[in-house]
Parts: sequence; structure tokens; C-alpha cells
Amino acid sequence: MEPTLLKSKALPRFDIIFTCGVAFLVALWAIFATSHAEDVGMTVHGWIFLGAAIMAALGLVFTAHGTALQNDPSTYSDGVIRFGVIASTFWGIVGMLVGVVIASQLAYPDMLYFKDFGFLNFGRLRPLHTSAVIFAFGGNVLLATSFYVVQRTCRARLFGGMLPWFVFWGYQLFIVLAATGYLLGVTSGQEYAEPTWHVDLWLTVVWVAYLLVFLGTLWKRKEPHIYVANWFYLAFIVTIAMLHVVNNLAVPTSAFATTSYPLFGGVQNALTQWWYGHNAVGFFLTAGFLAIMYYFIPKQVNRPVYSYQLSIVHFWALIFIYIWAGPHHLHYTALPQWAQTLGMTFSIILWMPSWGGMINGLMTLSGAWDKLRTDPVLRMFVASLAFYGMSTFEGPVMSVRAVNSLSHYTDWTIGHVHSGALGWVGMVSFGALYALTPWLWKRERLYSLKLVEMHFWLSTIGILFYISSMWVSGIQQGLMWRSYNEFGFLTYSFVETVKAMHLPYIVRAIGGLLYLIGTCIMAYNLWRTIDGAVAKKEPLTLANPNLVPAE
Amino acid sequence: MLFKNHGIIERNSMILLVGILLVVSIGGIVQIAPLFRIEQTIEKVDGVRPYTPLELAGRGVYIREGCYTCHSQMIRPLRDEIERYGHYSLAAESMYDHPFQWGSKRTGPDLARVGGRYSDAWHVQHLINPRSVVPESIMPPYAFLEGREIGIKDVVDKHIVAQTRVGVPYTQADIDNAKTDLMAQADPNADSEGLQSRYGGKVTVRDFDGDPSKVTEMDALVAYLQVLGTMVDFKTYEPMKAENLR
Amino acid sequence: MSYEQLSAFAQTSGMIYFMAIFAAVCLYVFWPSNRAKFDKAARMPLENEDIDHVR
Repeated sequence: MEPTLLKSKALPRFDIIFTCGVAFLVALWAIFATSHAEDVGMTVHGWIFLGAAIMAALGLVFTAHGTALQNDPSTYSDGVIRFGVIASTFWGIVGMLVGVVIASQLAYPDMLYFKDFGFLNFGRLRPLHTSAVIFAFGGNVLLATSFYVVQRTCRARLFGGMLPWFVFWGYQLFIVLAATGYLLGVTSGQEYAEPTWHVDLWLTVVWVAYLLVFLGTLWKRKEPHIYVANWFYLAFIVTIAMLHVVNNLAVPTSAFATTSYPLFGGVQNALTQWWYGHNAVGFFLTAGFLAIMYYFIPKQVNRPVYSYQLSIVHFWALIFIYIWAGPHHLHYTALPQWAQTLGMTFSIILWMPSWGGMINGLMTLSGAWDKLRTDPVLRMFVASLAFYGMSTFEGPVMSVRAVNSLSHYTDWTIGHVHSGALGWVGMVSFGALYALTPWLWKRERLYSLKLVEMHFWLSTIGILFYISSMWVSGIQQGLMWRSYNEFGFLTYSFVETVKAMHLPYIVRAIGGLLYLIGTCIMAYNLWRTIDGAVAKKEPLTLANPNLVPAE
Repeated sequence: MLFKNHGIIERNSMILLVGILLVVSIGGIVQIAPLFRIEQTIEKVDGVRPYTPLELAGRGVYIREGCYTCHSQMIRPLRDEIERYGHYSLAAESMYDHPFQWGSKRTGPDLARVGGRYSDAWHVQHLINPRSVVPESIMPPYAFLEGREIGIKDVVDKHIVAQTRVGVPYTQADIDNAKTDLMAQADPNADSEGLQSRYGGKVTVRDFDGDPSKVTEMDALVAYLQVLGTMVDFKTYEPMKAENLR
Repeated sequence: MSYEQLSAFAQTSGMIYFMAIFAAVCLYVFWPSNRAKFDKAARMPLENEDIDHVR
């Protein structure tokens, strides 16, 4: 082992200087924010920022003596990934729990509604749910897996010393700020981009550090070729940065107020917002998770990906085409029609690269289909691809103007989103977490494969409940809205269509609950695995595929 | 030392990075840029004006409470929507909306033209307890708006300044009088001549929440709801005019 | 430039741009001498048996 500590002392540690500098500036601003705040949200956020800066300083002081600050290039930097696995599981449960709550509120409107305050009203919890599952759960899965995959495929330690830790904790701070903000009514009012200007600025700092860690690790790699999973991760990081900055351009009303007004208004705001919104799906929830697929599925079946060439073609096609598809969210609106048509056309073309990815993943199993019988983790991955294929077929269909005239504004859209989110993103994430935990904690195998199997069935049935109830309610409501009686009048008043949704809403809530229970079982299983336990009665038939010698 | 075998900036990774940027940014620019000559695409209509300070404060409440998660403000040119909600929405009607609130889901009905459809008293009662007026409603109650003073009432001029910075055509007089205009609109006894000279004679001056003792968030939200979709004078709007046919 | 000209230009150039990129990617992917590189790259995730240590 090289005396790395000495070596790193010879270099100025930019990572430590950077972290201290950021913590100092944040603390300085937070002190002013708490004392000059123009609204409650800013007071609370000022204190959270201040607390975070103090914790960062304490963390630095306490780890300075130990080995945590050492940067031994002969080992991988896995501590931060272990935290990422735990954080993913935690935020997953939080986000899905809030989802079950708001689903129940729609079925039973008096649930958790208080006359005297609005913290728990649907309008505030809904952004909490979407952000918690997409950005907190999904984001942490992407952070953890990208840090794992980029090190293994580059054969290099993460770049930047403690910078990955800054990215991880900075991202958790972003989540806490966004979540507390929503409960307090601090929102920018743009769907999926609800964090306000100061939270957006903070995320920008964290994201630039993330890009630097990722790129820096690529620079250190020992292979001439960059593995395709890293292409997807890089596209995800870069494009999300671009979307985030452009869509959140805003003028705050004051340096110490949470309120701001976005730079774009009306039609322009609509187009940039859905350019952002659709590509958050395309680059956060698709490109990033395809990267997971391109590493974890080959690893789990111990075979190379079916066609590397297909992966490259579908990578470029996917990122090129996705970026144009946003306007299909604005059919029949005041957006000029050529833009709507363009968005629809690209959405339909998008079907091809999407299925290219699905086929590539599924065919990786060819010759190893028998493993599906014995490996429930692999089954999780395969089910995720099946749902990916389903929702990327449904998406183009719904982007057709005629279909959209029925489906838009209804629960069909909600069902579509969830077949992608629960089916694809959720299950591929669960698969990755099940695979990562034994690897990272050096356990021979998971605590219990039976529990994985139970999780698999609970989530699959939950998703089926969810999407079928949303098809029923969405299509029914769409048809009721446009129904005419024999005298040429609208048959139903709006509230009659609301009433008709009651039963599907109950079924949806049950589906979500089943899915949540599955996630809790996963959390237990992962915890026991980390703890080093192995379920009795279960034979060690399925050792970790990672330990199977290569062919 | 960190980059033993490579330059500081390694070539392949940068080619990849630049390639990704070219693909995603040019694609976006080609689609979005034309919209920034939007002044030519927005219909010529009379009557659309910036929100009064009270309406702007009400809009702030609307956004804060996440009303857009259940209500759209975009009537599509489909027969049933026009009959249910009124004339389809024009781009001009939301041109001063930062952010736009077209929404994406109708758990509740569209609100683009809710202005003037119901009385102030109905709105207040509905917001306090939705199920007391619409028994099947699943909307949460907003009783806490009643009696709560408008949070931004002392800084509303700063909000108007920020609005001008993003291009909403408020005048210096609008900024200077913002605080008095905010209070005057909810008080029928106040001198509202200035307010109406700045925002037009159609501005409604009422005690929206029925509580004359103070100006509340309920006043602001109801004032906002009551102006939605009422600005355009459809008597002078010619949909078949060449410039409106895009 | 008027709005019509701008949007017409955007749509045409966008199509040409798309086809150019697609052609370039296909060339890169199916260029015969790249074949071996891709086959090797496809095995990258399977080759790091030592999961703790670099190399």
C-alpha cells in the first residue's frame, strides 16, 4: 500500500477547501436569512441551512483525525455508496407513504384535513410525494449506483477526495429543504420543479460537484473505452443540469424571501416547463435507470449485454428524440399547433429507441432464462423491463392528439406515469438495491430470497391494481366529460364524474399500499443482510451471482 | 499524480460530453427558440391587463396551496369543454402569468373562466367547507384563509418590481401605489379611483370575504378567482382573423 | 426574422440535423474495425472480479 496520506498532504486538498468554503458561505447567508427573512419559509430554511453548515463543520473536524479523509487510490470509495443505499430505502418509504396518504385523501376527502391549517392538504402533499419518490428515492438510487458503476467500469477510485460526500450530503440537504418548503407552502408552482429559487441554487452547486466527481472519475479510468452505462449516467447528469437551470430561471422578490417569479410566462413558460418536465422523465427516470440496467443486468446474469452496438444506437437516438417530445403535454392548448405536432411526432418515434433498450436488456438473458426461476432479484429486473416496454408503448399512444383529447387531464395520465414509475423505475431500483447490498457490505448473500419473492409479488400486484383502476377511472371520466344526452346537452355535471371515481380511487390506494408494504419488506431484508443474518430454513442454493466464476 | 496516464481533461470523455450537449441543447433550441418571437403568435385581443396587487396576492395563495395540482386553467377547443367552461383559452390570456397555471390534471373542474360564475359568498363558503355546498366534492377545506392577513401585504411592491423584471408591464405608479391599491380593492368604502385608473374600470372593488374588518387571504384568493377569464372582451375578438389562425 | 420564417427554418434544419446525427452514429457503430472494441467493452462489467480493490 502506498503512503497515500503523505502524498495527499503534498497536494492542496481542493475538495476540503471547497467544502469548507461552501459551508462558510452558506452559514453566512443563512445567518442573514434567519434574521432578515420576509416569510416563515425563509426563516425555517435559514435555520436548516445554518444547521447543515454547522454539521458539515463538525463532521470535518471529527473526521480529520481518522482515516475518512484519506484518499487511497488503490481502493474504491464505497462508504458514500452504502449511505446512498440506506438513503434510497428511507426516502423510498417516505415518498410512497405520502403517496398512499394522498391517494386515500382522494378516496376519503376528510382524511387528515384540518380546518385550521393546510400543511397536510392534497395540494401541498402532492409535490412532496412526487419530489420524494422521483428526486429523493430515484435520485439517491442514481447517485449510489452511478458512483458504484463508474468506479468498477473505470477501475478507478471516485475523483475528488471528499467531494462525493459533499454531493451526497448536499443532495440530502436539498431534499430536506424542498420537503419542508412544500409543507410550509413554499413552492414555485411549476410541476416537478416546485423547489424555490434558493433551493434551486443550492441544487445547482451540488449538481456541478456531482458532474465533476463523475467526469473526474472518467478521466482517471484505466480502460480506453468508456462503458455504455456511463454514457447514460453522463447524459442524465448533463441534461438535468441544463433543464434545471433553464426552467428555474426566476427573479426573487427579495434576497430573503422564498417567493420569486419565473423569467418565462404564459406560452413560453408552458413550453419550457414541459420541455423540462418531459425530459425529467427522459433523462432522470429513463436514461439514468437504463444505466443501471446496462450494468446490473449483465452482472446479475453474468453475461455481456446482448448487443453493444444496439446500446450505442439507442443511446443517441433516445437522447436526441426525447428532448423534442415535451409539447405532447400541451395538445389543444394555446401552444402553436406546429409545436404540438412536432412533439407528437417525436413521441411516436421515441417508441423505437425505448424498445431498443428493452429488447437489449431482455435478450441479455437469452440462454440464461432458467435463472429467472431461481433468482427473484433477476425477476425484479425483468419485470421492470416489461413495465418499461409497456409504458413506453402507452406513452406514444397517449401522445397522439386524438387519444390525448380523451386522456389528458384524467387519471389515465396518472396511471401511465405510475406504470413507468412503480413498474420500471421502482423495480429496477429494487433490483439494484438487492444486488448492491451484499456487494457493499461483503455478505455472501441476501438475508432472505423468499422475502424478495414476496416483495416481487406484492409490488407486481400493487402496480396492477394501480394502473388498472386508473385506466378505468381515466377513460370513464374522459368519456363522461364528453357525453351528450339525446337533447344535445352535456349528460354529466363535473361533480358527477368526481363521484364516479370513488371506487377506482379506493382500489388505487390499496394498490399503492401493497407496493409500500413490499418496499418495507425490502427495507427489513436489506437491514438483516447488512446485519449479517441469513434466514434459517433457507438453503444456500443461490449464492451471490457475483461469486460465480466467469465463464 | 491523479492523472498519471491522461491529460487533465481526457479526450474521449470530453467528446462524449460535447456530443451529448450538442444533441440535447440544439434539439431543444430548435424547438423552443421560435416561441420567443411569441409576440407575433399571440392573438390580438383587448382587455388583458396585469393583475392588481390584491389579485396577485390571491394568485400567490393559489400557487402556495398547490391548486394547480387539481385544477387546470386551459380550456381546449373541444365542443364539450367550450359548453362546460366557456370560450377556449387564448394564449393572450395567460401572457402575464409567471408562472403559467395551465395545469395538467382535472381532479376538480377547469378554472380558466370561473370568474363571475359564482358569487363571492359561494366561493367563501366553498373554500371554508367545500362539502357544505357540493356534497360529493373531494376538495380539502381552506378555512384557515379566513381571517389570516395577507402575508405579502407589506412587500407587495417588491413583488410588482419582480414582475416588471420578468416583463410584465406594470408602471412606476403601479409600484408606488401597490400597497394602497391592495387594501383599496377589498374595501368598498375606500377611494378606489386610483386603482381603477391604473387597472381599468372593470376592476371589481368589493369586500370579497364579507369581513370588513380586515383584508385577508380569503379576500385575495376570491378576488383572483373572480377575475379569471373575465379580462378578454370577446365582442372585439375575431377568431377567424389571419393573425389569430395559427 | 419573422415567426413563420423562424419556425420553418427550425423545422427543416432540425430534420437535417437529426438525420446527420443518426447517420454518424450508424457509421460509428457499424464501422468494421470498431467491432472488436465493442465486443471487449461489452464484457467490462464482468471482468472486475475483485470488488474491493482497483484492478
